[in-house]
Amino acid sequence: MAQTPYAYFPGCTLHGTMLEYNASARLVCEAAGVDLRELKDWNCCGAWSAHTTDYMLGLALPARNLQKAEAMQLPMVVPCAVGFSRMKLAMHEMENPAVLSAVNQAIDKPFKNSVVVEPLLKVLASDSLDLEVKKPLQGLKVACYYGCLLVRPQKILKFDDENNPQTMDKLMSRLGAEPVDWDFKTECCGAGMSMPRPDVVNRLSSKILLAARSMGADCIAVACPMCHFNLDFHQREVEAERKEKIQMPALYFTQLMGLALGFSAKKLMLDKHLVDPMPMLKSKGMAA
Amino acid sequence: MARIGVFVCHCGSNIAGVVDINRTVEAARKMPQVVYAADAKYTCSEAGQSAIRDAIKQHRLNRVVVSACSPRMHENTFRRTVASAGLNPYLMEIANIREHCSWVHGDNKEAATSKAIDLIGMAVAKVTRDEPLTPKRVSMTPRALVIGGGITGIQAALDIANAGHEVVLVEREPSIGGRMSQLDKTFPTLDCSACILTPKMVDLAQHPKITLLTSAEVKSVNGFVGNFEVEIRQKSRLVDHVKCTGCGTCWQKCPENVNSEFDMGMGKRKSIYIPFAQAVPNKPVIDTASCRYIKYLKWAETKEGKKPPECRICEKICPTGAIDWEQPEQILTEKFGAIVVATGFKTFDHSVLGEYGGGRIPDVISGLQLERLMSASGPTGGEVKRPSDGAHPKTVVIVSCVGSRDDRIGRPYCSKICCMYNAKHAIMLKEHDPEIQIYIFYIDVRTGGKDFEEFYRRSQQEAGALWIRGRVSKIHREGKKLIVRGEDSLIGRPVEIPADLVVLATGVEASDGVVGLAQTLNISHDSYNFLVEAHPKLRPVETHTDGVFVAGAAVGPRDIPESVAHGGAAAAKAIGLLSKEELATDPMTAIVDPVKCVSCFACHEVCPFGAPEKETLRDGRTVSVINESKCKGCGLCIVACRPGAINLRGFTSQQVLAEVTSLWR
Amino acid sequence: MQMAGAITPVASSEFLDYVGKQSGQRIMDCYQCGKCSAGCPTAYDMDLTPRQMIRAIQLGLKEEALKSSTIWMCVSCQTCSVRCPVQIDIAKAIEAVRLLAVAEKAPAAEKNVKLYHQVFLKSVEFTGRLYEMGLSVAFNMLSRHPFTGMDILPTMLRKGKLALMPVFKGTAEVEAIFARIKR
Repeated sequence: MAQTPYAYFPGCTLHGTMLEYNASARLVCEAAGVDLRELKDWNCCGAWSAHTTDYMLGLALPARNLQKAEAMQLPMVVPCAVGFSRMKLAMHEMENPAVLSAVNQAIDKPFKNSVVVEPLLKVLASDSLDLEVKKPLQGLKVACYYGCLLVRPQKILKFDDENNPQTMDKLMSRLGAEPVDWDFKTECCGAGMSMPRPDVVNRLSSKILLAARSMGADCIAVACPMCHFNLDFHQREVEAERKEKIQMPALYFTQLMGLALGFSAKKLMLDKHLVDPMPMLKSKGMAA
Repeated sequence: MARIGVFVCHCGSNIAGVVDINRTVEAARKMPQVVYAADAKYTCSEAGQSAIRDAIKQHRLNRVVVSACSPRMHENTFRRTVASAGLNPYLMEIANIREHCSWVHGDNKEAATSKAIDLIGMAVAKVTRDEPLTPKRVSMTPRALVIGGGITGIQAALDIANAGHEVVLVEREPSIGGRMSQLDKTFPTLDCSACILTPKMVDLAQHPKITLLTSAEVKSVNGFVGNFEVEIRQKSRLVDHVKCTGCGTCWQKCPENVNSEFDMGMGKRKSIYIPFAQAVPNKPVIDTASCRYIKYLKWAETKEGKKPPECRICEKICPTGAIDWEQPEQILTEKFGAIVVATGFKTFDHSVLGEYGGGRIPDVISGLQLERLMSASGPTGGEVKRPSDGAHPKTVVIVSCVGSRDDRIGRPYCSKICCMYNAKHAIMLKEHDPEIQIYIFYIDVRTGGKDFEEFYRRSQQEAGALWIRGRVSKIHREGKKLIVRGEDSLIGRPVEIPADLVVLATGVEASDGVVGLAQTLNISHDSYNFLVEAHPKLRPVETHTDGVFVAGAAVGPRDIPESVAHGGAAAAKAIGLLSKEELATDPMTAIVDPVKCVSCFACHEVCPFGAPEKETLRDGRTVSVINESKCKGCGLCIVACRPGAINLRGFTSQQVLAEVTSLWR
Repeated sequence: MQMAGAITPVASSEFLDYVGKQSGQRIMDCYQCGKCSAGCPTAYDMDLTPRQMIRAIQLGLKEEALKSSTIWMCVSCQTCSVRCPVQIDIAKAIEAVRLLAVAEKAPAAEKNVKLYHQVFLKSVEFTGRLYEMGLSVAFNMLSRHPFTGMDILPTMLRKGKLALMPVFKGTAEVEAIFARIKR
């Protein structure tokens, strides 16, 4: 299959706690003809902390990565919603030539702010990709959760609708699953508050989990490591606070894609989640 | 030899506060052919006008320059003033030293004064070359066209007809009645809407002076005030309304159910239908988009896809044979002296607001949809049942300003009626079910109107509605509940209310198609497509096109009493016009110099009014000639005329050039 | 004599001008509808809701704004900004206030949030990337909750989700960027 090359910026968590996102992303990309060429020596985009406390740092950290992609003359693809958002928002600020020149000085590299940045979700949901669905996700009700940073602000990110995005839903339909019509697709999960204010994350993720359950979802599909952490890792705390079991698996959309394309649960690292998706998947006949 | 008088107005401090009046008068006195110059506190006052009349007599003035405000404000006033002193009214010029000078140069008095002197100098130069002009007289067609059959149009039509003039009312829907007919009750009296509207609809239909054309639209308008020639498209209804008795057999038997526009999608109607029980006329039309037989006929042309049933049930059972599948669209041409535009409004489509569910959540409905649910003649027989499962809601949240006060979606204006209809809905919901709890999110409560504040208080006291100050940000489903998130901005805390039904107070928008109509009528609309009045305060129902009047919610958000008053006001203006036997036309029209005309007829192509005609001279040449009664004096032909054969009376090239050259000092 | 606790609003203040200029937002356009606060995921934990923060800026109440928890509770989710009916980028205005608070070393109402950012950026400064294990340990120690999340640690390690040692990537270049910006 013809491979379309992309400059790949995985983001820190995909090399850390969220290695399953990286592994599943690489598997499905290869199968779908998306050639991921990882940036050499990429660095943290600064996430929530850089722009929050230092304007220039919030631009320079993404810019160093963007410059690498620009030099490779390839569009950059980002699986992490945080990284995607930081790249796009930094580029937006750098449309101001004075800002761009200050950033160029800070990174000590010539950067023209001319790179194309796409979220991995958009690339993998493209209709032009030739996907061989071997095991359709028949009967699986998926609540597609996009989070904030993938879609907001729509005016700048130019990816999908701020309130009712459809990219992941259409992809899930294509894979044979049944996307759930729900209203929490882009409500905030608490983002980086997990460490300094876990109570905030617990409250917000519990709303998302309960809304998904009330609309009949079997699982939540995500496209952001931070969202995944807040919905999966924090679920046990939510359960403890509410004194009830929720057991709503949160899976990366790449993992669900991988299942439909015929990869094994093991290869897709479905065992990495704290809320074990296997019982649900087994009951649907989607995993052995 | 011209003897010119210049009159400089202070306009209180509007002009005098910026322009040095004494210096201006002194300068005017020295201008060529000026024999008299004076100032006045208010030239437009009776004293100011007398001073002009006296000066004309005393100083034997034969031309006058009034240096004051915009000619749009007082040109007619001062033309009358000089005419009453025996001068031809077109020998008066206005130098606008208010809007064009003092108001825009308040920060530079020196420059403003010197600009005022220049403006007066230009007017003096022009008035020197002005020639007396005489208006022509044309006959009047004493009939009125009313466009739009809502409460505004109904009122206007009845008032004009009762004054003895013929009226044709054109309504594009199959029935008159408009938005008011969709309402269950009206604020602040809780009158039953149908009970007060239906008698007026019947009066209109039975009025000997009124011709009612429903399912009809204005196609084109030609001519001018007193003599408009209007083409009206009578759409094909496929039902012969002469034969039809309105017995109702057809719409009972029609097998095709579609969403009722009248019920805002809350109920169904048939393909052959009357929009509602009290419709006027009470005779049905066939909706060609859903009719099975029409679909069959379309299929028969191509034979593509599945064959639809041939149906024709209505035709088979009609006792008078009124179904006419061949009925053509008709174009009627009628003459009118005046036109009243009362095209009303539609409500904001909330599907653009994704945060409120984007129209996908069945139990998030609009205020107008709630009216239909509460109406005894509505789809639920007046029972308030929520659309998703038919349950009776116990907690209802009303959300204000949906599609109002929102720059983001290009709707920065206040829709004016929503606060009051929210209070009304609260009171009515409580009457429907005493156990119901009502929460109303608002930003500001606007109750400027007779008995409005009391009515708002009643919603709190009687209906126990809790008004929460804050705009809602999000509505989401959680099982069967709708969670509404707002802020109580008075206590500064986020609020979440689990509701069974959410009612969005959708705002007021201009009707569809109003822009095209405005172009047809040569009247203006604003950036929201509301029609523009000639003056927002002093000429609220006139437009800049003589003989065309606007009324009701087509001009901007209005409630029923205002719309009725507006309809009456437009009618009064139309009656005043139609009562004249003939009209004087503006003499400032174009005129062709036949010697210079090269017969290219470029003027025929550019004129929007069809004023240029052809005339064959005795030497055999055919040249352009302007029909003065059609010419509006816009000047397009003058620009288009390559040999410069056309001039505008009152604005001849010589006059305009004199103004410009007066600046070479 | 002014009543104790009464505020003295200023129709045009340096603070208002500053925030307006830094954020590029027309703060005075706000008519206090509250849609920002209604949609804000963390408004529950703010002493000034986003609407009140905008009001404080309008009134020139710099001290209240700088010491508020609002500037630290904002997670930059942008919900307020995209739903604002008068199109003020509220998140950006709050960011301008926060950056001012950082520059003026105002005491942070949410100490742990500020600490988190500091520890996070230290990790990035020295390793080029986020070193998650280091971040949690350092944050726990410095926030004086050394054992938070320790119960789940064995599971995380067993699942291979936590690396015990950081990966050093692009370190020198990133450190240089930090140095240039600090200068």
